[in-house]
Amino acid sequence: MILSRTLLRRHSVLPGFDLSLGFALLYLGLIVLMPLSAAFLKTFTMTWPAFWEAVSSPRVVASYRLTFGASFAAALLNAVFGLVVAWVLVRYEFPFKRLIDALVDLPFALPTAVAGIALTAIYAQNGLVGQWLPFKVSFTPLGVFVALVFIGVPFVVRTVQPVLEDVNRELEEAAATLGASRWQTFTKVILPIVLPALLTGFALAFARALGEYGSVIFIAGNLPMVSEITPLLIITKLEQYDVAGATAIAVVMLVISFVLLLLINSLQTWSRKRQGGL
Amino acid sequence: MNTLAAPAVSPAPAATAAPTPRVAPRALRAATAEARWVRWVLTAAALGFLTLFLFVPLASVFAAAFDKGWQVYLEAITEPDARSAIGLTLLAAGISVPLNLVFGVSAAWAIAKFDFRGKNLLLTLIDLPFSVSPVIAGLIYLLVFGLQGWFGPWLAAHDIKIIFAVPGIVLATLFITFPFVARELIPLMQAQGVEQEEAARVLGASGWQVFWRVTLPNVKWALLYGVILCNARAMGEFGAVSVVSGHIRGQTNTMPLHIEILYNEYQFAAAFAVASLLALLALVTLGLKYFVEQRVKHQRRALGERGE
Repeated sequence: MILSRTLLRRHSVLPGFDLSLGFALLYLGLIVLMPLSAAFLKTFTMTWPAFWEAVSSPRVVASYRLTFGASFAAALLNAVFGLVVAWVLVRYEFPFKRLIDALVDLPFALPTAVAGIALTAIYAQNGLVGQWLPFKVSFTPLGVFVALVFIGVPFVVRTVQPVLEDVNRELEEAAATLGASRWQTFTKVILPIVLPALLTGFALAFARALGEYGSVIFIAGNLPMVSEITPLLIITKLEQYDVAGATAIAVVMLVISFVLLLLINSLQTWSRKRQGGL
Repeated sequence: MNTLAAPAVSPAPAATAAPTPRVAPRALRAATAEARWVRWVLTAAALGFLTLFLFVPLASVFAAAFDKGWQVYLEAITEPDARSAIGLTLLAAGISVPLNLVFGVSAAWAIAKFDFRGKNLLLTLIDLPFSVSPVIAGLIYLLVFGLQGWFGPWLAAHDIKIIFAVPGIVLATLFITFPFVARELIPLMQAQGVEQEEAARVLGASGWQVFWRVTLPNVKWALLYGVILCNARAMGEFGAVSVVSGHIRGQTNTMPLHIEILYNEYQFAAAFAVASLLALLALVTLGLKYFVEQRVKHQRRALGERGE
């Protein structure tokens, strides 16, 4: 009763508001908010110099550089090829198209540990793909990049695909009638329509890559200062019983993730407006 | 004027405008289609990318699993530690999927059927677990229930084990799969509105009757879709579970953790054998997902037509 009296904007004939919202809030509080707040409260027990020392030591900074650099590069490659894949799936016909379309979601369904050992095996120096490459992939920072490309594949494809399906073909016909080449139509007509979705997909892939752990640790080699990602460093600190140090790094990552979440939300709003306007 | 201006605007050889209108130059191509070689290059690039990063890794799991033959494969998936890992994975998913299903339905009911203050904040909070690294998801439960955590001393005094035991694994899985059902249901139920439910109420149906007879049949495919994705993630979660499990063989090892141990012990064929079960689960998930997606699309289309 308290919930409906204080929160409801409009009376409704439907029952169950108190029960459903009450349960949802309780569950959200217990499973998500209470544990998350524990991370922030834990860092408040640290002194500022101790916190700063924990999040800015050279080994930690090296891990940020690798995590952010590899995530950015992987999201960038996914943005380029994701756009191509979405384009091909929407516009062209080829054998097994539906099967391939369904398999694009594989990284969502395949457990990260499975992806990790499979990628490590095929990109190793004697592996199926690795033996043809002139440089080492597995057990180097490049391996981190490969794993992050794998887990990011569906994000760009799945955000760009529906927008591309909705592009009004008459706009392209108009451009062609006015003398635009196919390339001009693409860059000046289609790309601006798809751009918000493309950026959203890029940001989603980037955000997912920052926190990824399972697929990376098998292929990375995990050398401190060289191929050690930030989530692994949190685990390492925990194994050394440095819970405060691990939590401090986690809080830095959490704040960055929340900022990215806000950015992605506003990108999606922009994308929806842009799409709705056409 | 057009014939004079056209070449200046688009000097590209593919331009259709020419001083004299040509009659069907070679094969007819629509003005909004690309040249054949462009189509080929793009298709080859897309398929090459997907093959290199998705299809080869997937196929290699099965190839490596049967590398040492059927005997080794069967032994790897039926030995006691593997069986206990499979059991624990099924248990964790069996508890966390129904709980998140109940949460998803009740959150969607409140958000989609009522207009209340703070709705947007609630929507953002529901999505929060997706942006948290799995490792951090495990860590925060350690801070609450671990030996040095908030409830650690109390739990130890009462001899209740959560961290490095099954309850911790279930909690971490709950957190990771928290948004799946809710985020599938909310947009659909919002689009469906409240008219049907209100009509049922006016005709004398009780609240639960409205829910079971009107709302649930309307959202069953989206519900199933959310459950499928939730289950796949619950069974495959690695990072979060790894932090809270303690890796006790035969007791707190899930399938992904069991794979890691086998792999680190260089038992590659066995590791890939267990991995192939999860890869099979992924393929079944994708198949079911595709099937349900068609249903949801069909339903959305029907809804859109009714709305217009």
